[in-house]
Amino acid sequence: MSSFTLDGHDVPFTEGQSVLQAALAAGHPIPHLCAHPEFKAHGSCRVCTVKVNGRMVASCTLPAAAGLAVESETQELKELRQGLVQLLFVEGNHFCPSCEKSGECKLQAVGYALDVRTPHFPQLFPDRPVDASHPDLILDFNRCILCELCVRASAEVDGRHAFALSGRGLTKHLIVNAESGLLKDTSVAVTDTAVTVCPVGVILKKGKGFAVPIGQRTYDKAAFGFEGKKP
Amino acid sequence: MTPAALHALLEKHRHDPTRLVQILREAQDVAGWISPPLITEVAGHLGVPRARVEGVAGFYSFFATQPRGEYRVLFSDDITDRFHGSERLRLDLCSQLGVEPGKLRADGRVSVGVTSCTGLCEQGPALLVNEHAIPRLDDARIAQVAELIATRHPLREWPAELFVVDDSIELRGWLLGASVAPGEALGHALALSPDAFLEQLAKSKLRGRGGAGFSTADKWRSAKQAPGPTRFVVCNADEGEPGTFKDRVLLRRQLDLVLDGMTACAWTIGAQRGFVYLRGEYRFLEAPIEAALAARRKAKLLGRDVLGHRGFDFDVELHLGAGAYVCGEESALLESLEGRRGIPRNRPPYPVTNGYLHQPTVVNNVETFASVALIALHGGDAFAAVGTPKSSGTRVHSVSGDCAKPGLYELPMGATVRALLDACGAVEPQAVQVGGPSGVLLSPREFDRRLCFEDVPSAGAFVVFGPERDLLDVVVNYAHFFAHESCGFCTPCRVGTTLLERSLDAIDAGRGTRRDVKEALRLSRMLRDSSHCGLGHTACNPFLSLYEKFKPTLERRLSSLDFVPTFDVDEALAAAREVTGRDDVKAHLEDV
Repeated sequence: MSSFTLDGHDVPFTEGQSVLQAALAAGHPIPHLCAHPEFKAHGSCRVCTVKVNGRMVASCTLPAAAGLAVESETQELKELRQGLVQLLFVEGNHFCPSCEKSGECKLQAVGYALDVRTPHFPQLFPDRPVDASHPDLILDFNRCILCELCVRASAEVDGRHAFALSGRGLTKHLIVNAESGLLKDTSVAVTDTAVTVCPVGVILKKGKGFAVPIGQRTYDKAAFGFEGKKP
Repeated sequence: MTPAALHALLEKHRHDPTRLVQILREAQDVAGWISPPLITEVAGHLGVPRARVEGVAGFYSFFATQPRGEYRVLFSDDITDRFHGSERLRLDLCSQLGVEPGKLRADGRVSVGVTSCTGLCEQGPALLVNEHAIPRLDDARIAQVAELIATRHPLREWPAELFVVDDSIELRGWLLGASVAPGEALGHALALSPDAFLEQLAKSKLRGRGGAGFSTADKWRSAKQAPGPTRFVVCNADEGEPGTFKDRVLLRRQLDLVLDGMTACAWTIGAQRGFVYLRGEYRFLEAPIEAALAARRKAKLLGRDVLGHRGFDFDVELHLGAGAYVCGEESALLESLEGRRGIPRNRPPYPVTNGYLHQPTVVNNVETFASVALIALHGGDAFAAVGTPKSSGTRVHSVSGDCAKPGLYELPMGATVRALLDACGAVEPQAVQVGGPSGVLLSPREFDRRLCFEDVPSAGAFVVFGPERDLLDVVVNYAHFFAHESCGFCTPCRVGTTLLERSLDAIDAGRGTRRDVKEALRLSRMLRDSSHCGLGHTACNPFLSLYEKFKPTLERRLSSLDFVPTFDVDEALAAAREVTGRDDVKAHLEDV
C-alpha cells in the first residue's frame, strides 16, 4: 500500500482517497467542517487546510499521493484554522448556551479543539429571520455556515432538491425550493438525510428539544476527532 | 411577461438548462426583473428545481430579483471613474431624478446604483443604463440622461451618440495593426495537419494572455490527448479585471483573428463546438459579434466542412455574462456557461480533461486566440523571435489613469514600465497598478522592471497614479471591489474580503490604529493562504503592496491613539434617532 507522511507519520492510502480521508482513516483528526464521509469533497470551509511542499491546500480536495510530505499540526496552521473558525462565528449569529445543538455542533467542537476562546473579529450580526413554517421542522438560518451538506444530501440522497444557495459573497444564503420561500411549501420530509446532516443548528426537529441533556452529548464526552472514543 | 413570450424565449433556447443565464437575461429584458413567479415558470419549463433557478438569479449582479424600475442606472465604480468625478456625477443624477442612491424611486421607475469597472476606463466616467454603456460622462451628458429618463423616453430611441464607444488605439503592433481578411490566418493553419500546427504553436512559445501564463501548446495538447467523445473551445471574453479593456477593442477590431484562432484550436484538438463568453458589460458588442459569426458561416469559415475540409465541422455560440468578475476564472466561467452559479470548481481535474459538460476543453483569453492567428500567419519561429526568451510575442496594455494619452498600447513582451509610462505621457507618476487589483502596485523604484512573465506579469491593465492621488483611496476602492465580487464559496474570501474592506474603511475614515493594520495583515495572509481560487488569493494584493511599498501613506492616516472605536458611536445611533423621530442635542453623542 502506498503512503504519504503527515507531520512525519506514515499514512497509508488507497487510490482515489483524499489526504483528509486517508488521515482520518489512520486516526489523525485533521479538523474539518464541510467534509462528510458520505459526500464528495466540497472544499468550501477551508478548515482542513494543510501545507504541502510549502503550499497551503485544502486536504479534502487534495488527492493522496505517494511521497507527499504533509504538515498539519503546526502553530501556523493552527492559527489559520482558528481564524477560519472565527470568521464563521462572526459571520452568523451563534449563541451556544441557548442552542439546541450545543454539544452536538461541529462548529463548536472544532472551535474547542482549536482553542478558539473568542470570536476575535468584529461581529457582523446578519439579519436572518427564522423559518418555523413547517409543522415538524424549524430552520434557524442564523447558524448556517454554508457547508451545503443539506443541499447535497437533499439532491443526491433524498432526490428532492429542497435546499439550494442564492446570493453571492457575504450575501450568500441558504434557500428552500418554494416560491413562497417557506420550508412548509417544499417536499422535504422529516426523515430526509438532509434534515439530519446539518453539522450546526440550522435544521432542527420540532418537539424534540434537549432530548439528550447537556453534559451527555457527543462532544461533552470526547473532543472533535475522537467522537465515540474515550477522551 | 406573457406566457406566449416566455414560451417563444424557451423555444429559442431549446428548453436547454445550460442556457439558463441567457434565458434569465432575455426574460429580464422583457419583464424588467426576475420575479418569483417568473422563476417558478422558467424552472417548470426547463424541468430543473426551482431553487436552482433562484440561486442563479441571485448570483449575478445584473439580475434583479427585486423591482428595479424601467431605468436601472449603474455607474462604473472603478478608481479611474472616481478620478474623473463619477461620484459627483452620480449624486447629481440622483438629485436631478429625485432618487436616493441605491434605492428604487417611490414611483418604481428608476434606480441609480454602482457596479464594478465596466471596462471603459480610458473614456470614463461611464455608466450602464439597463446594461447599455454610456461613456465620457460630464455635466451635459448627465443632464441629457436625466431628461431622457424624466420624459420616459424609451431606451431604444435614445440618441445613438450617447452610446458610442471609442477604440482608443494609441500604439499598434502586429496584432492591433493586422489587416487580414477573415479566414486568411485560418487558411494557413488548416494547410497544416493538426499535429503540424501544434508544432508551430509549440515553437512560438505562446503563453496564455489571461494572466497565469500557461503554455498554450501544452494546454491544447492535453485537451487533444484527453479521452472524451467530444471537445470544446472556449474564448474567455469576460474581461472583468478593473483597468482592463484590451479585449473590448480586440473583439471589435480584430474579431476575425480571434475567431480564426478559435477555429484553428478546434482543428488542432478536434472540437465541434466553441463559445465566446462575453462579459455582460460589453453588451454593445453582442450584435457585431453575432453579425460576424453569421458572415463566417456564410463564408464557410464556420459550420460544416470548414473551408472545404471534409469532416471538420465547427461552430461558435456567443454567451453573455451577467455581472460577475469571478466568471473570468476559467472553471467558474464553465459553470456559468452550463447555466449555473459561477463558482470556481475544485481542481484537479482541470478543464483540459473535464471542462464544459466535463469534456476536454480549451479555455483561452481573447488576446491568446488572436495571437494564435498571428502564429498561423507568420509561423512559430517568427512569433518566438519577438519579446523575451520566456515571454514571446507582443502584449496589448490597457492604459488608464493619470496620463496624457490613455488607451491601448501594443508593445513587445519585456518592455519596461518606464517605456510605457513615457509612451502614454505620464508626468511624475507616484505608482502604477499593473495587472489590475489582483496584480501589483509598483513604486517609482520599480519602473525599470519589465512587463513579461519572468518579471512583472500582467493581465493587461496598467493604471497610472499621479503625484496628487491618495493611494489609500485606490486600495480602499479595490477592497470594496473584491468584497463585492467574492462568489462566497469559501470562508476566507466570503468573510475575509468584507472584514478587510471594513478595516480599510476604518483607516480611511481616520478611525484606524496600528491594530487595524495588524488585523488587515492577518486577514491578507488568510486570504492568500487558504482561499479556494485566485480571486481570494489576490484580494489582499492591493493592501499588501501599499503596506510594503508605501507605508508612510498608510501610517499618516492612522489615529495616534491606542484605541479608537472601529465604528462612529454617534452614527450608530442614527437608526434609533430615525425610529424615535428625535434629532435634538440629547439624541447625539458628539460630546461624549
